[in-house]
Amino acid sequence: MKISKTIYLFFLPGLFLYSIFFLYPTVSALFYSFTDWDGLSDAYQFVGIGNYERALTGDSVFRKTVGNNLKFMLMVVIFQTLVALAFAMIVLKNTKTNLFLRALYFFPTILSSVSVAFIWSFIYDPSLGILNQILELLGLDFLQQNWLGNSDIAIYSLAITQIWFHAGQMLIIFVAGLQAIPEDLYEVAKIEGASKWQTFRKVTWPLLAPSATIVIAYTTIQSFKAFDLVFAMTGGGPNNSTEIIATYIFDVAFRSYNFGYASSISVLFMIIIAFITFLQFKALRSDRISY
Amino acid sequence: MLFRKFSLAVYALLILIPLLMVALTSVKSLQETFRDPLGLPEDGFQWSNYSAIFQEQTMAGYFMNSTIVTLFSVFLTLFFASMIAFGISRLNNWMGNILFGLFTLGMMVPAQVNMVPLYSLMLDLNLTNSLLGLILVNIAVTLPIAVFILTGFMKTLPKELFEASTIDGAGNWQIYTKLALPLSLPSLSATAIFLFVMHWNDLLYPLLFITDNAYKTLPLALLEFQGEYSTNYPMLFTGVIIASAPMVIAYVFLQRFFVAGMTAGALKG
Repeated sequence: MKISKTIYLFFLPGLFLYSIFFLYPTVSALFYSFTDWDGLSDAYQFVGIGNYERALTGDSVFRKTVGNNLKFMLMVVIFQTLVALAFAMIVLKNTKTNLFLRALYFFPTILSSVSVAFIWSFIYDPSLGILNQILELLGLDFLQQNWLGNSDIAIYSLAITQIWFHAGQMLIIFVAGLQAIPEDLYEVAKIEGASKWQTFRKVTWPLLAPSATIVIAYTTIQSFKAFDLVFAMTGGGPNNSTEIIATYIFDVAFRSYNFGYASSISVLFMIIIAFITFLQFKALRSDRISY
Repeated sequence: MLFRKFSLAVYALLILIPLLMVALTSVKSLQETFRDPLGLPEDGFQWSNYSAIFQEQTMAGYFMNSTIVTLFSVFLTLFFASMIAFGISRLNNWMGNILFGLFTLGMMVPAQVNMVPLYSLMLDLNLTNSLLGLILVNIAVTLPIAVFILTGFMKTLPKELFEASTIDGAGNWQIYTKLALPLSLPSLSATAIFLFVMHWNDLLYPLLFITDNAYKTLPLALLEFQGEYSTNYPMLFTGVIIASAPMVIAYVFLQRFFVAGMTAGALKG
């Protein structure tokens, strides 16, 4: 059936804004990455691949930043996914208590990153914070820490905050995925005498793989985007130990006014994310089966 | 069984204790917080932090800015994205697929990737320190996810219905407003909530484009309280409660829609 050409008008307003405020700046990031533009003056020079060379070979802070981001990502992806999956399996049935618990676990997701940052800055506070006080109450004084001030552990403290913030959201996705698995498959497994682990490995996991893919991909992107949280809690410190790629781009661009160099890091950032996402989809696809 | 119940309780406490701590600290004085950070307020609830924050800060203004930016961003994103989703599902050919790909490409790009050129573009267009500027950027940035969710839904609507109305002489606009939109209501409401939470809580764009107090939104204002109040947590938490109140109230009443909305983007994939 022929559709009136007026259908193309439906794309106009969205396409217009999307092109100006999204596509154009994204493409210009690529362009500026080959220049030494400071973001303020009208003049800039092309420096070829100079910025990329500097990022990949000469900039130890950038290397550290990528490392921090990977540490943060790995910790969040592994523990958040495990917590979300384990608890999703416990609160799976739609009983009143479970519905309440799911709503509670989900709650932090609706808060702003700045609010969450304040809450956890207080929890981690070396003198006022409840974390150190609870450790003292339990007689575990030796575990007390300056959670955000110690450059060896600050990035992990941030990862725990991120998990508190978003595990509930992932839990809900897993619940939806688990509830979609037909009950009779479990019946069959039971009759065949499968152990709990076997049932999980052969029935639950393969059928859950689509949701797991989504959760892991989403969590990965989220952990690269944890800009707000890091910015509000540590600002990248101490000694760049919590600097992640996103906050580093901000620093290079808006504190050192090195827009050209910041753009080249943005492009590398994009490539890193695309690469990791690709790896994950590949790894998880092989586990996907349909019955 | 016991272990399960214990784990559930521990997780519940891990969520509840920090939230209670925020509420309690906001009604304590600073001295009391330093003396006994975890205890109940001894001299009864002190509401003075609330009056103080409204006196010292232009809270009403920040609240207003957040409300305006959020409402317009959500409404216009939904409007434009639903038109695009309708267009894609009507076309249903390679053209549609290319447009779908073009829009959803944006979901893969973190906002920090293009913030540098976007900043200079906003300067050139004179759109810094402007609520309109924030709204326009918000629309462009959340369009991809909204198009993604809405297209997924609209493609499931029966084609015959649209074709029958075309034969009856209805134009595309009529089909869109009279059929596609009403039928997509579940998906529209889920997307709306997702967008509400995102826009209300957004920090990055206000941080980049707003320096004038008159245009600051709540998350940015809150962030700057940190510079002003330092470790005066009673004041900071009073700010947190005021800034979160609309979302929390909405969550209590519309819980099911929130859960559907905040996971819609992920589930449709």
